[in-house]
Amino acid sequence: MVEHGDIRVVRRGGSKINFRQPVITNDSRLLLCASGHSVKVFSTSTEECVHELRGHTDLVTGVVVKPSNHLQAYSCSLDGTIRLWDFTDGILIKTYDIGYSIYSIHTSAFHKGVVFTVTSTISDKKSESFQLVAVHLPQSGDQLVKAPELSAVISDVSSNPGAIVFGRGGEYIASANGLHLEVFFFKKQKTYRFFLKKDTKTGGKNTFMCVAAHPKDDCIATGHEDGKIRLWRNFNHQKEYTYSTLHWHSNAVSSMCFTPEGTNLLSGGVESVLVQWRYNDVSQRDFLPRLGAAITHIAVSPDGALSCTSHSDNKITIIQGIKVSAVLQGLVTGESVETDLMVDPRSKALVLNGKPGHLQFYSLKRDKLLYNLDIVQQEYIHELGLQQFKVVKVAFDASGNWMATVEERKQKDAEQELNLKLWAFDEQTQSFVLNTTVADPHESRITAMCFCQAAASQTTMLISASEDGHFKAWQLRRLAPGEDDGPSCLCDFVGAYRGLVPHCCCFSADGSLLAVSFQEVVTVWSPASWELLATLSQPPKAIRNLCFGRLSCSKYLLGTTDDHLLCCWNLLTCSLEWSTSMDISLLLGDPLTENIAAFCCHAGSTDLFVFKPSEPRPVFSLKAVCSGKVTHAVFAPREEMLESCEESSQWLNHSQLYFLTQCMDLMTFTTKAEEEKLMASSKQLLIDDSVAMTPFYLLLGKHRKGESGAAASGESAGRPPLPQGSGAVKELLRTPAHVLPSTSFLCSMFVKSLLVSVGDARSVESKPAEEEMESEKEEEDSEGDMESSASRPERGSLARRSAEPAAPPLTKAQLRELRRVKKLDHSWLTGLLRS
Amino acid sequence: MGEFKVHRVRFFDYMPSAIRAMVFSTRTERLALARADGALEIFNFSDNYFQEKVLPGHDGRAVEALCWVGPRLFSAGLNGEITEYDLENLRPRYTVEAYGGPIWTISVNSQGTLLAVGCEDGTVKMFEVLKERIQFQRNLDRQKGRIISLSWHPSGTLIAAGMMDMIRIFDAETGRATHRLLVDRGAGASKSKEVVVWSIAFLSDHTIISSDSAGKVQIWDGLNGTLIRTHLITKWDVLALSVSQDESSLVAGTSEGTVVQFQFISSTVDRLDKDWVRTRTFKNHSHDVRALAHTETAVVSGGMDTQLVVRPLLDKVEKNTRESAMRKVSFPHRSLVCCAKKAGLLLFQFPDHLELWRLGESDGYGKLGGSLPVKRGPEKLIQLKRKGEDHICCSALSPCGGWLAYSTVTSFRLYRLQNGSISICKVSKLPKDLLPAHQLCFSTNSSKLFASSSNSSVVVVALNELECKYLGTLKAKYGCRQPVHQLSASDNGKWLATANTDCEVHVYNLDKLKLHCTVPVYGSCPTAMAIHPTTSNLVVVHADQQIFEYSLVKKEYTEWSRRLQKQGLHSMWLERDTPITHVTFNPKNPAHIIVHDMFMFCIIDKSLPLPEAKNVLYNQMALRSLPEPDRVLHSHGFKICKDFQHLLCVSLLEDHSLVVVERPLLDIVSQLPAPVRQKKFAT
Repeated sequence: MVEHGDIRVVRRGGSKINFRQPVITNDSRLLLCASGHSVKVFSTSTEECVHELRGHTDLVTGVVVKPSNHLQAYSCSLDGTIRLWDFTDGILIKTYDIGYSIYSIHTSAFHKGVVFTVTSTISDKKSESFQLVAVHLPQSGDQLVKAPELSAVISDVSSNPGAIVFGRGGEYIASANGLHLEVFFFKKQKTYRFFLKKDTKTGGKNTFMCVAAHPKDDCIATGHEDGKIRLWRNFNHQKEYTYSTLHWHSNAVSSMCFTPEGTNLLSGGVESVLVQWRYNDVSQRDFLPRLGAAITHIAVSPDGALSCTSHSDNKITIIQGIKVSAVLQGLVTGESVETDLMVDPRSKALVLNGKPGHLQFYSLKRDKLLYNLDIVQQEYIHELGLQQFKVVKVAFDASGNWMATVEERKQKDAEQELNLKLWAFDEQTQSFVLNTTVADPHESRITAMCFCQAAASQTTMLISASEDGHFKAWQLRRLAPGEDDGPSCLCDFVGAYRGLVPHCCCFSADGSLLAVSFQEVVTVWSPASWELLATLSQPPKAIRNLCFGRLSCSKYLLGTTDDHLLCCWNLLTCSLEWSTSMDISLLLGDPLTENIAAFCCHAGSTDLFVFKPSEPRPVFSLKAVCSGKVTHAVFAPREEMLESCEESSQWLNHSQLYFLTQCMDLMTFTTKAEEEKLMASSKQLLIDDSVAMTPFYLLLGKHRKGESGAAASGESAGRPPLPQGSGAVKELLRTPAHVLPSTSFLCSMFVKSLLVSVGDARSVESKPAEEEMESEKEEEDSEGDMESSASRPERGSLARRSAEPAAPPLTKAQLRELRRVKKLDHSWLTGLLRS
Repeated sequence: MGEFKVHRVRFFDYMPSAIRAMVFSTRTERLALARADGALEIFNFSDNYFQEKVLPGHDGRAVEALCWVGPRLFSAGLNGEITEYDLENLRPRYTVEAYGGPIWTISVNSQGTLLAVGCEDGTVKMFEVLKERIQFQRNLDRQKGRIISLSWHPSGTLIAAGMMDMIRIFDAETGRATHRLLVDRGAGASKSKEVVVWSIAFLSDHTIISSDSAGKVQIWDGLNGTLIRTHLITKWDVLALSVSQDESSLVAGTSEGTVVQFQFISSTVDRLDKDWVRTRTFKNHSHDVRALAHTETAVVSGGMDTQLVVRPLLDKVEKNTRESAMRKVSFPHRSLVCCAKKAGLLLFQFPDHLELWRLGESDGYGKLGGSLPVKRGPEKLIQLKRKGEDHICCSALSPCGGWLAYSTVTSFRLYRLQNGSISICKVSKLPKDLLPAHQLCFSTNSSKLFASSSNSSVVVVALNELECKYLGTLKAKYGCRQPVHQLSASDNGKWLATANTDCEVHVYNLDKLKLHCTVPVYGSCPTAMAIHPTTSNLVVVHADQQIFEYSLVKKEYTEWSRRLQKQGLHSMWLERDTPITHVTFNPKNPAHIIVHDMFMFCIIDKSLPLPEAKNVLYNQMALRSLPEPDRVLHSHGFKICKDFQHLLCVSLLEDHSLVVVERPLLDIVSQLPAPVRQKKFAT
């Protein structure tokens, strides 16, 4: 994607923290967990995210603490790299390039300089088999190291990291996959395999789910699909192996872990109960019930003080002893988000279905769950087939004072139960308080609900459209503290059109017009007088989405239909302005700009177009944003505006577009500049393995790095350099006095460091100029073509673009020359400055 | 296969007795088993777990513990007596009163010189084992409370005794108690109940393992008298313990019907210190497991649910072989049903009475597989109670239905039946030579009675209306002492075949009352045999499922038998786990041999090809479901019918109708007392 090479789809905020087993550090103060494309470091006591270790360009699939240095951690990712981090300071130390997608990582103290990773078998990719590979990490001072030495240890392993475990000081490794358990002894280089029968007559399902190894004894615990736990012993004999069976779980055991001393075995499953088995007396069990959701991973800190469980609702529970001490809650995305994505105008938090019957308010900026709001206010009973009240619609008014929710329960045979609830924001509690409950507001399901977004009016208007063929307008009035009479919510108007079912409704930005689509007819109403102003109809297909244009385009109304048509009506002339044929699954207006985003489902993947209704060409287009259909997206306003001048990324200046993929991952779009800003905040460090990490070294090493970095590489100059002097001063102040060298030595160094920073500052100054040059050039190229369907390789797109008549009359050779100059110019500039 | 009118008999209320005690002798590979009614059974584990001998019970004898001393078998019971058994004549040899009240346990030292018994009065009494008897030697220190279990240290110097609430260790030489190990009571309400140490094992490394009524298996250090480890394995009692010969594995049986295995395993690969670790759990019983034996390759368990279960340990045997299959012995390996072929009568043998039934009649015709209308239902003619305290050991009914004979260990009785008016009268004048028998058999014309007695001899008695006359004793030439357990007379009255537990089959000429020939000895015990009515071929089926046909005229194996041996029997036939208990012939088709075991009956058609090893051995039901061309391909000379299950007897009457006596296992289970209550998940 050359045109918009600087806009990428990334996971930022709201990503899963329960994807892989979390790691608790040796001192039990920090907890590391893989989260989207980064590793998050949480404090176990305050529940705050201390650092976010960014650097991976794909999903992070595993985190482990480096066995030889408990202050560093390895992380692996599908991007084929293993990164070594100093997680206390959030610094990337080293990157090892493996070249294959890594699915999990395992280390042991027994193997120095070797990590074990699970990669997909190279021979055939179709059957998706995985193998365990030992990676010898080369010792070198470079930041980016290639690790060419791979050796396969076990083939045919499970991609689930919980199915591979090191036993007793790393002397053997056990891997379970399907119906067999494999134990590999490193000393003897011998493998033992044990098979189980698939299903027993009594209904046992023997498939292995997870493995844990006792830290002191030769005992492997395996969890099975039918909830049994087997403790294997004597597994260094092919025949005389033996196992005992424990059974408490009624469903599959999803994770198990031995405590560091091996006295207890923790196990968990879908029952959301943490079971603690005494290793020496398995008939004694302790339970920690009501953990909220199915347990997916269990981890124990190396000192045994803490244990933590990951849950299927994107939560990590930190447990001290047998009591929950802290809960880290991520964004909950269940199987379906019925409420759609919403942004709370007040807190700028993302609002969507959370726990059953709840709404969650999730701050995207802080990447933290703000609070859960109990909407249904009924006890949730977990039972298969039981129909519960579900929150299906939520809407906010422009100021964030009102929130409307719709909950419904569909019971067999019985009539549908519907509740419309209105919540008013309470300044004192800083939360929404239930104001009014309207039982059965409609006779049938509510298909759409929206607030009038006009800020000025005293009362707020809510429109709800229902399958019963009516839409209702509700007048909301905030009661003054004194007055107690009269309802605060009144049904103002009931509208219908030819008995058709309304499907979408939408207010114009100023609140003067209401558009309601009745199947294939769009009706435009005046909310002030409730008269039908106009009907717009189109080729007879039902309307899927409706959206008013904003600001300069407020005269336009956009709609998509079932027969893949995007229509734009001019409301002044009441005629169709333009229409185009696109299978749009979601049409979304940016509340702050006139931009409209359309997610277009095409050949199994989704394309994004951002356009202004008044302009024929899209502002931005991106092919193959993700696979599958996008049905939920939201524009989240930015807290601070982005200063991007490039046309293609300008639409991201005011707000950020978040969307949910089919597998319920929250994704967003980011520009390169934004990424660089983020990267800059996470420090990087270059350290020789041979040199010990002392504060003194840090002081000198950083200084040296700054010197050489500024001189040599253009890349390092490209990113905003650290304020050298201040860093050194900070280091100086932080380091205890007794380890510092003599003051005279420090003084000269300190002064020198200040001198160097002048040169750096000048290079920063020169940077914006370059960027302007670039953007000028890019402006002409950045028009997207809607016809081209798939992403193209760089060369091909270059060729095609040069062939287009609209493009500047540059030949291919010239263009390449220009690019070369652009790439070179940093070093050239810095070279000039140095001289 | 042919069509038969079938009498499906389900009115034999056979009820086996609960298993009380069990002991396995590794030297002779035999398992002795005691039932609650005092009967003893000897199983030969080296010969396909065949039930070799059955010693009938006795009313006053409740065997609580068993003990092998070399080949000699001792038992002790709550009647306070120690009994040694005569395994050749299948009767107690002598009893010795211990004078200590009821005896709970008996144990022999590893040298086989001293027997220790634990008595109700708290004494451990030592008996010296002499050649022909046992002699009281002395008492160990008397304790308060009964001695429930005993175990010798392999060195023979120490003996551990399980009591109420404690375990005592005695010095066997001085008789002094050296240690007192207190056993914890159960938690909660059972705190006030004293705990019973049901079973104890003293290992050579001075580890003591105890199992008690609080559900614990405890491991003690016998040198210091300290508790090492407690395994709580059930909420109920742990009734039995058994340790393997090499002391690396141990099984414990609980009241829940589970058997829990413990293994002596080193905790890490390279270290030598080992630990007893609970490993597997077997659940093969619905009721208490009262008796356990740990053989080298299997765990043998039995209890209240009357079944003997042999559960092979898969780490000790090859997988997917005959040895790795689990076996359940539910029915005795001998016939308890006698069928009078001519009269249509059935004689059922119970331990304490006999029942004579007349089969029902039907004159209708029905479809194949359907049921016929019953014109006259079956009728119980006579219920004959035995006299005396000894249980019935064997019984027979003459084919004409006119004579009935039974024998206990001490007495023999013969009755004359008048079938028409249903009257029974005892024949009072019996010849002196007619001693209590192990097996009885009438000749086909009901004129002679054969009774096997001691030393493999058979007494022949002629019967007529007036008197019964001793004709002679049939005896093999050399001294064989094992009891005869199979008798079979030919239809023409010329031959009598006998089989004893030494696997010898002798054929006598009844005209000359002399040994005619001896069938070559085969290594497995004969389980059933019969002489063919027309060809005079003897068909013998052995415990390892082999079938032999021996021509009595030519004194050699027949052509068919040779062919069968050459080709070998089908592996699926050999892998069946219950022995053939009955052989009969079809008079209409001389090529047919009808055999049955517990789960099937089979008509072997000698004229058809034998099943080939590479094909699947289909039974008739499965064959019928195959498509036509396959059916021809897969048909073979072994017509197996599994329509009737849990068979006690299959016999062919003279009117060519088949009598099938079934005893469904569910009926047996339903008559058992309720098992201990167990919490089931989600109830």
